Amino acid sequence: MRLRSLGGSARLRRALGLALLLTAATFLLDTPASADQGPGAPVRLGAVEELLQYLLIGIARGAVFSLIALGYTMVYGIIELINFAHGDLYMLGAFMALSVVACCGGESLSGGAAAGAIALAFLVSTAFTAGVNFGVERLAYRPLRNAPPLAPLLTAIGMSFIFQNLGLFWGGLPIAGMGSQAAAPKSFPDLLPTVNLVQALGIPSGLSFTTKDLFVIATAAPLMVGLTLFVRFTRLGKAMRATAQNRMAAQVVGINADRVIAATFLIGGGLAGAGAVINGLYNNTIVFDMGYNAGLMAFTAAVLGGIGSIPGAMLGGFFIGIVSSFSDWQLATQWTPAVVFGLLILVLIFRPQGLLGRETGEKA
Amino acid sequence: MLALEGVVSGYGPSPVLHGLSLTVAEGEIVTILGSNGAGKTTTLRTIQGLLRPRAGEIRLAGQPIQGLATDQVVRLGIAHCPEARLIFPRMTVRENLEMGAYVRTDREGIRQDLERVLETFPRLRERVGQRGGTLSGGEQQMLAIGRSLMARPKLLLLDEPSLGLAPMLVTQIFGIIREINRAGTSVLLVEQNARMALKVASRGYVLETGRIVLEGPAADLAQNEQVKKAYLGM
Repeated sequence: MRLRSLGGSARLRRALGLALLLTAATFLLDTPASADQGPGAPVRLGAVEELLQYLLIGIARGAVFSLIALGYTMVYGIIELINFAHGDLYMLGAFMALSVVACCGGESLSGGAAAGAIALAFLVSTAFTAGVNFGVERLAYRPLRNAPPLAPLLTAIGMSFIFQNLGLFWGGLPIAGMGSQAAAPKSFPDLLPTVNLVQALGIPSGLSFTTKDLFVIATAAPLMVGLTLFVRFTRLGKAMRATAQNRMAAQVVGINADRVIAATFLIGGGLAGAGAVINGLYNNTIVFDMGYNAGLMAFTAAVLGGIGSIPGAMLGGFFIGIVSSFSDWQLATQWTPAVVFGLLILVLIFRPQGLLGRETGEKA
Repeated sequence: MLALEGVVSGYGPSPVLHGLSLTVAEGEIVTILGSNGAGKTTTLRTIQGLLRPRAGEIRLAGQPIQGLATDQVVRLGIAHCPEARLIFPRMTVRENLEMGAYVRTDREGIRQDLERVLETFPRLRERVGQRGGTLSGGEQQMLAIGRSLMARPKLLLLDEPSLGLAPMLVTQIFGIIREINRAGTSVLLVEQNARMALKVASRGYVLETGRIVLEGPAADLAQNEQVKKAYLGM
């Protein structure tokens, strides 16, 4: 088992090298496109208020990173695969959400109808990404379960391309919400009310904390708490932990490992779908290659938190969200990917197991 | 209750077991002796469905079970205490034991069995809230045995339970195996410690390079010149 664990970490290193290469490619290909969301705070803020403001922005952004990072970390924890297609799955979730919302009436919706459309988008998108992830595991990864580790990794990269092209195709469909230009960013209906709660509560401050920000936290937090409780206390959750810790031992006590792995893909996929809906409603723009950047950010978050660790992915997601928000503020949005991945390199050098990760030696 | 007939099994292209046949009767302790690489662990893994036999038949109470998935075999009442202490390192001792009862649904019975296991292994009771990975080797071995008992098996497959344990503990473990058997569980015991194994077992098989070369009542095997020389060091 020790050998397997060493193999696992070598695999992680190889995958990380690949991730860094891909990142370098991002810099060459696009930087300003991703620099979309500025703070947009109209009022002059004091230094402390400004800090708080960017912290809030970072938390909202981090919530979405966390939800995506969970999918990476859960899958890595259980089958030691870095699922490079996960970010693109998130993108497909966003397209599904936009299609649902646009079909319901899009921008014209308000009040109860808007709430209904949002609820429907959550339901459909989550089920969709969960189902796609489940299907991909069944068709593409399971047949490679006993193959050399590079085979599923390359398959995941291939899946990422397939998903991106599906997104491109989807964006060109003559349906509600999609424009005539397949590759162009789509605007996601702004269905959430934007009331500044700080002002509404009569607090004398220029800070902005809107109902939109509250929505992000109020939807992401229960998902994370729910997942934590699920993994800790339910029978399937325990079976997941057992399978992640030692697959053979799990089989020996009668756990159907294949079924548990399938459930892991299902749940991880669903979380990406939920994150996609939240992000669409918050940032109001989606594009077919958005999964690339979001995926790399979330992957960094998962590694930072300690890949394989569920609380680590949550912590890492918020951490990356806040770091990127501070970098937008103090440096410039163009520098943010460099800051985030610079941080990743530092973590890999000085604390390769991540913030909450275990020493590799402990994995029996 | 368990019968293997002409079982061919292994990992790569060349099989480890070449037509193995053996039986375990209800209430019996049967031991398989053999040196490293003889195929002892492969035999147990094949019975439990972790490996699929390429030929031959495995029957439990007359019903063929080869080809069933491991979780189904466990549900039929075959528990396996694997070698190399395959415990869950980041679960507590209590959680590890509870995982042993994964296929059971009778809460009350599980609670009672947990109590019984903790009574049998007082060391585990002392460490019930500790993570499995922090236990010493001997304690992990107890945990693995305790976990396999939590399935309340009809047939227990034990793979080298004495491996790496201090002599005192070995005696204790074999005492526990006897107790488990007296309580009605049949045991198939794989051991390198032939002296102890032949003491608790009623019958034994000697396995060499995937074939049974000797079989008989444990007392006879203990007197056999070949066995004495190869496994008892006399």
